Amino acid sequence: MKRIVLPWLGLALLLLAAPLVFPQSAALSLLSQMGTMVLLCLSYNMLLGEGGMLSFGHAVYSGLGAFGAIHLMNRMSEGALAFPVTLVPLAGGLTGALCGVVLGYPTTRRAGTTFAMITLGLVELVSACVLMLPEVFGGEGGISGNRVIGAPVLGISYGPQIQVYYLIAGWLLVCAMAICALRHTPLGRILNAVRDNPERAAFIGYDPQRVRYLALILSAFFAGVSGGLSAINFEIVSAEYVGALRSGAILLFTFIGGTAYFYGPIVGGVVGVLFSSWLSAYTQAWQFYLGAFFILIVMTTPGGLASLIDRGWRTWRDGAFDRHLVWRLASWLLAALVTLAGVVLATEMAYQASLGSLAEGSDGAAPLQWWGGSIDVHAPLPWITAAMLIAAGATALALWRRQGAGR
Amino acid sequence: MEFALITFLNGLGYGFLLFLLSSGLTLIYSMMGVPNFAHASFYMLGAYVAYAIAGVLGFWPALLIAPLLVGAAGALVEHYGLRIVHRYGHVPELLFTFGLSYLVVELVQLVWGRSPVPYRIPPELDGTLFTLYSTSFPIYRGFMLLVAALMLLALWLLLRHTRIGLLIQAALTHPQMAEALGHNVPHVFMLVFGGGCALAALAGVIGGNAFVTEPGMAAAVGSIIFVVVVVGGLGSLAGAFITSLLIGLMQTFAVALDVSLASLGVQVPSGSALAPLVRLTLAQVAPVLPYLLLVVMLVVRPKGLMGKREG
Repeated sequence: MKRIVLPWLGLALLLLAAPLVFPQSAALSLLSQMGTMVLLCLSYNMLLGEGGMLSFGHAVYSGLGAFGAIHLMNRMSEGALAFPVTLVPLAGGLTGALCGVVLGYPTTRRAGTTFAMITLGLVELVSACVLMLPEVFGGEGGISGNRVIGAPVLGISYGPQIQVYYLIAGWLLVCAMAICALRHTPLGRILNAVRDNPERAAFIGYDPQRVRYLALILSAFFAGVSGGLSAINFEIVSAEYVGALRSGAILLFTFIGGTAYFYGPIVGGVVGVLFSSWLSAYTQAWQFYLGAFFILIVMTTPGGLASLIDRGWRTWRDGAFDRHLVWRLASWLLAALVTLAGVVLATEMAYQASLGSLAEGSDGAAPLQWWGGSIDVHAPLPWITAAMLIAAGATALALWRRQGAGR
Repeated sequence: MEFALITFLNGLGYGFLLFLLSSGLTLIYSMMGVPNFAHASFYMLGAYVAYAIAGVLGFWPALLIAPLLVGAAGALVEHYGLRIVHRYGHVPELLFTFGLSYLVVELVQLVWGRSPVPYRIPPELDGTLFTLYSTSFPIYRGFMLLVAALMLLALWLLLRHTRIGLLIQAALTHPQMAEALGHNVPHVFMLVFGGGCALAALAGVIGGNAFVTEPGMAAAVGSIIFVVVVVGGLGSLAGAFITSLLIGLMQTFAVALDVSLASLGVQVPSGSALAPLVRLTLAQVAPVLPYLLLVVMLVVRPKGLMGKREG
């Protein structure tokens, strides 16, 4: 019992305490985005991790759920409908589930690569249709709404960001518990069986198509809830919510987090939003870093960040965390940081040299501004420094590896 | 008649270009078992590299050098990237190419900027080949058709009538057997991957100046060539050829026709929910048609038109 309750209590406390630790408004909006993205990744992992269904079109369900939620909010503010704002994400979820019922039937008839290809076609279809029907989806500009509707209930109007954050946190906690509980139901178990061996699952009397279909509807529901939450958070829903780029981002984040663990998507969602919203405020090269990080994860730790956490936790629990290991880790970290510093320096200078000069229309000599200091991107010294940092770090990493293999 | 002929020729040109792209992809697809998401990125690289070379040496050397360079880059990607990921299974392989397509777009933007580059048709190919009734048909379109047809012929000869072609076919369908007979199958795979990328780059060289050379060009064509490969059937060059032409013609005709249900006489009250649907013209629906074809095909016949096995 303790093992089940403790992690959830920890998550609840974390969600409660996060805005107290980071009370700035920028941090608060970042936390709200993380909440919706984590929920989206969790719902996506019901397909990828639990069901082995690699979908390239998960944003379709969350996006259409968001459209459902924003339409409901607009009807509410017109006074045509009385509905509590707190439950608007539920409407988003139901819209998502409905889309799952309709679109999931043709897609889940196949598994594996064929499924992936169908979802790829589907996301293009849906995003093209959304742009084609501006009356319903608002065209390029999207549909905007207002989350403050009617008189405040118990002092909650959802005007201030902090209230929206707690709404998102509450929905995230409830949905995460539901998603976790679903894994242990017979449906969740059979879904794992269908992932691992659909033929044997069919032989013991379960129709793999039906199991996949049910899983997709449930996953689409939670994706829709996440879409509804982001509709409340941003008060605008545009066509890119259902697009292939967003679907790709969900896949990237979930995989970076780790699909084999329940908490993998949570890690992935947090890291992903840090990349796409926080890092993008500091550097124009964030997409390069995200892509490179993703490829690094795919090539070195296909289990994702969660598998690293799991390995570390096991070592700690077994008491194998001795001085030698600490020394190994510290030396690796040092080498990796040196390499990273070199790569970041080179990337930033390259971006500045290429895009900074284009943007300002100057003679291309715009220096790179870094923490108050400025670096001339056309001088040889910074480039030599970057190359030396990379070379030294890479050599150290190779030595580190050889030493580990020798033991 | 005039409209139909010109549209047919334009569609044929687009279809041949699609086939140049998808022929490499379908070989790689049947080899890896998973589609290569970065294939269109090599098409884009081909166009950009050709633009860079054409600025120094001219168009004709670029036509030869750019595909070779990009093909070599593709072979390196296979050797140092895909082969390592291969042992983790299909999904990481697919995701690797997915991540690679992100990186290539960023790299291209880094080197050549975010706006289109002025990659132009060479002056000796700029002009009118012939005039049909009153519409002129540019020389460059004819050149594209010629290059694509020649490549198609060369590919067919290579695969059907040479020893290396025989080996490639054997390695694609029975890799273990080919390996047991003493052939270096990983080497063949690297060759096929590099060759496929070179074909994509060639499509980029001749397509980049006919259309626009910009960082979005990979995404624009990327999902269409998946449609071609999947609808045509896994590993089937003939299927890819038929589907390329089909989609090329279908899209060109659909874009050129300005017909909607409303113009055909379907009447709906303007306030009803169906009104926007009726007002949609065929030209507006055109981008959706290939994906519709894909979804219908996968549901009805997942092997594809000419495929022998399911993906």
